[in-house]
Amino acid sequence: MRVNFTVNGRPQEADDVWEGESLLYVLRERLGLPGSKNACEQGECGSCTVRLDGVPVCSCLVAAGQVEGREVVTVEGLAEYAKDREQARREGGACASGACGTSLDAAKKWEAKPGQDSQTGEGVELSPIQQAFIDAGAVQCGFCTPGLLVAADEMLERNPSPTDADIREALSGNLCRCTGYEKILDAVRLAAARQERQEEAV
Amino acid sequence: MAQHTRTVPAGTPTEVTQNHVKGGVGESTLRPDGTLKVTGEFAYSSDMWHEDMLWGQILRSTVAHAEILSIDTSEALTMDGVYAVLTHEDLPAAKNYGMEFQDTPVLAYGKVRHHGEPVALVAADHPETARRAAAKIRIEYRELPLITDEASALAPDAILVHENRDDHHSGHVPHPNIVHRQPIIRGNADEAAKRADVIVKGEYTFGMQDQAFLGPESGLAVPAEDGGVDLYVATQWLHSDLKQIAPCLGLPEEKIRMTMAGVGGAFGGREDISMQILASILALRTGKPVKMVYNRYESFFGHVHRHPAKLYYEHGATKDGKLTHLKCKIVLDGGAYASSTASVVGNAASLSVGPYVVDDVEIEAIGLYSNNPPCGAMRGFGAVQACFAYEAQMDKVAAKLGMDPVEFRRLNAMEQGTIMPTGQPVDSPAPVAELLRLVKARPMPPERQWETAGESADVRALPGGLSNTSHGEGVVRGVGYAVGIKNVGFSEGFDDYSTARIRMEVINGEPVATVHTAAAEVGQGGVTIHAQIARTELGVQQVTIQPADTQVGSAGSTSAGRQTYMTGGAIKNSCELVRERVLEIGRRKFGSYHPAWANAELLLEGGKVVTDGGEALATIADVLEDQAVEVEEEWRHRPTQAFDLVTGQGNGHVQYAFAAHRAVVEVDTELGLVKVIELACAQDVGKAVNPLSVVGQIQGGTTQGLGVAVMEEIIVDPKTAKVRNPSFTDYLIPTILDTPTIPVDYLELADPNAPYGVRGIGEAPTLSSTPAVLAAIRNATGLELNKTPVRPEALTGTL
Repeated sequence: MRVNFTVNGRPQEADDVWEGESLLYVLRERLGLPGSKNACEQGECGSCTVRLDGVPVCSCLVAAGQVEGREVVTVEGLAEYAKDREQARREGGACASGACGTSLDAAKKWEAKPGQDSQTGEGVELSPIQQAFIDAGAVQCGFCTPGLLVAADEMLERNPSPTDADIREALSGNLCRCTGYEKILDAVRLAAARQERQEEAV
Repeated sequence: MAQHTRTVPAGTPTEVTQNHVKGGVGESTLRPDGTLKVTGEFAYSSDMWHEDMLWGQILRSTVAHAEILSIDTSEALTMDGVYAVLTHEDLPAAKNYGMEFQDTPVLAYGKVRHHGEPVALVAADHPETARRAAAKIRIEYRELPLITDEASALAPDAILVHENRDDHHSGHVPHPNIVHRQPIIRGNADEAAKRADVIVKGEYTFGMQDQAFLGPESGLAVPAEDGGVDLYVATQWLHSDLKQIAPCLGLPEEKIRMTMAGVGGAFGGREDISMQILASILALRTGKPVKMVYNRYESFFGHVHRHPAKLYYEHGATKDGKLTHLKCKIVLDGGAYASSTASVVGNAASLSVGPYVVDDVEIEAIGLYSNNPPCGAMRGFGAVQACFAYEAQMDKVAAKLGMDPVEFRRLNAMEQGTIMPTGQPVDSPAPVAELLRLVKARPMPPERQWETAGESADVRALPGGLSNTSHGEGVVRGVGYAVGIKNVGFSEGFDDYSTARIRMEVINGEPVATVHTAAAEVGQGGVTIHAQIARTELGVQQVTIQPADTQVGSAGSTSAGRQTYMTGGAIKNSCELVRERVLEIGRRKFGSYHPAWANAELLLEGGKVVTDGGEALATIADVLEDQAVEVEEEWRHRPTQAFDLVTGQGNGHVQYAFAAHRAVVEVDTELGLVKVIELACAQDVGKAVNPLSVVGQIQGGTTQGLGVAVMEEIIVDPKTAKVRNPSFTDYLIPTILDTPTIPVDYLELADPNAPYGVRGIGEAPTLSSTPAVLAAIRNATGLELNKTPVRPEALTGTL
């Protein structure tokens, strides 16, 4: 079957999709977006978390056909999504979904922005939560990181000043085996604090 | 590990210290792969993709021990999209592989020896097609009696898991179902026992733990034009893999080019081969690139686990609190294939006393062959199981003496100069008493944190959490302590080395260092500290880290807490050689202009050659111009010795690491639910090369120990030897809600033998975490609790 949906603001079509394929498989193996991770493929670890029409879901549990006509945001689009959200909030625009319009043609011709090095990541613009994960030492092997980032970003969108208990509750569906979660908590606190400071500055 | 004699003298750290460098040793520099990892661009082994690639799928045995009567692949072969279906008959060369013993079949032939053993192999154009084809392979088994524990392994009529053993331990073991036996006898335990005022005996059971790294076993094998294969995999040790893969493919090592793909955690579980050989065989057979990715179910069968163990301990002590003797027997279940069982046995035996002074010991550790899942390396490697037992014993002895458990431990704590039961003196700092003091001195976390001002209880702070099982009724707090000792690096005479290739050149007027090693970055932050060391030693800002591959010499394994010491040491050593060459070039060019070139101690700092007095003599750019300096050298730690097979004596270990924990738990005594409130750790790290990463390692190791204490166990049905919980639904690892605050104190007491004084840090915190939690639960409940993990049934008497 063919599935048409929007990924990170760009229309995408996936062809020859077998009915049993998950959204995760289509993202990773058909659309060249392997950022969402395949740690358990049974909805227990959260490493494949994406936003589906804004709602965080385990993409391994979503059948590809279910996303027809819908909007998906993955870790690859998180920085842009956060930026658009920030802009929309300030200007009152309507781009918070991340679907800010790239034509299918443009999507197919997508390439890294000038000044970005896809080997080292140099020059890449990051969302506040991404930067905080690096700064706080919340990334070790990094396999849980994409899912945690999507989940944490969504929580901060809902709850800009979370308590530790709020953070733990929001991230309880995301397993991490390396860090013991302490530095992940640090990262979310850091992102929240930076966000607050930015608010005050505005 | 195989026994080798060392041939090259160990490098010794030089006296020159270059420490005025930004981003050098001792700073919390950030990960160079951080940006790629947070944007989803970092390429893990399961992200590999190739035009026209096929998917490989393994068919695994559904029974634990059976003769294979027949394999019928005909129906699978007829399926559309299937390119190959292979069995042992199709193997191109050697049929067995293994790290220490070559006892593991690439694909089972004759019989299968454990549940989930690979029997057949499929390549197809879609993973689901491959799975369906594998399901159509018909295998006829005739089941055999099962070996599942010590009694069945050593029974007079026991069937042998492996017949005709010819491995290096087969000559001395008392039974062919024993992989290795290591006794340690020192002093006279029977005599010393007569001095004891109290004697405490205990039996302990340690459950089988899974590494549960999140990135599944996976990789891509691409057939090459020269008949070889290019292999992209996640592993802990490229060169060990290569040595095992080549004979099985019937290819010379140089035709197998291995590149490290991104590794999603390891913890010991990637030290053995998983899909490397199988994907390569499929690629060579089909002439197409083959990708293999285990799902989580398969991952539970795809790597070795932590050895489950039975431990029998007897301690004696005098009234004034001095340990008199120790007798213990440790039985580790190695499962169907040896993996690193022999080395785990050596570790368990030599570290079975713990970080205490006990002169009279009688120790025996054995590793079994059985039909249970194979066990091998996992963080803590034999020392974890022992620590669980000896720390429970320490609490019991203290209680019997009416002493405070921490005071009792401090009274018996080893220190620098203590002689290990193997006769090896501990010749660098061993601050055991101080670590205990540090965790004990921490303020206690506030009581009844679930009580919120004027509102109902915050159930998230209670045992049972959001299940809303208690609002504080029946909740009791307990506190427990534990401390442990772990060896660092490969032991028992193994020729343990690492290799670093360092290149220094001038690019756009700036000196740039390039570091190339085969060291596996598994998340620990090796790539971060490699750059720090190069900056420190070469006085440059720009450092490029080359991807790890087999185009450079072996780095050894990313395990045993050894990489900062070993590959860090190799990089330091090669950088020092590069520095010498740069200075030599400088002397030749500019020596006549300034006397300091000849008679001052020269350093490379800030891109310049400077004297130790701080005077700049030349820029590195002027010295090197368009010349590049490159050095590739092996570097070794000081030699170790094998343990005597009868007495266990020998200087078997390179270095020891120590950590202590204090656990504070709250137990809902009615439902048997445990919430760990705080798990404080104190550890001596020698030198914190990157403090942020050090703390991250300690917290991560602590959490894996917590998992064993209260939730983690692979359950193997004793009647069938089948794994009952191969999923994250049924094998639970700690979530962020299960994991408490983990405050960390670390000491930096330099080991004079190690580069920068470093001490391996990754493993020690995994040891003492588990027994500290158990001690705290015992303290809260008064129960004996001699088994991990502690499940609710054990606390409510409903077992």
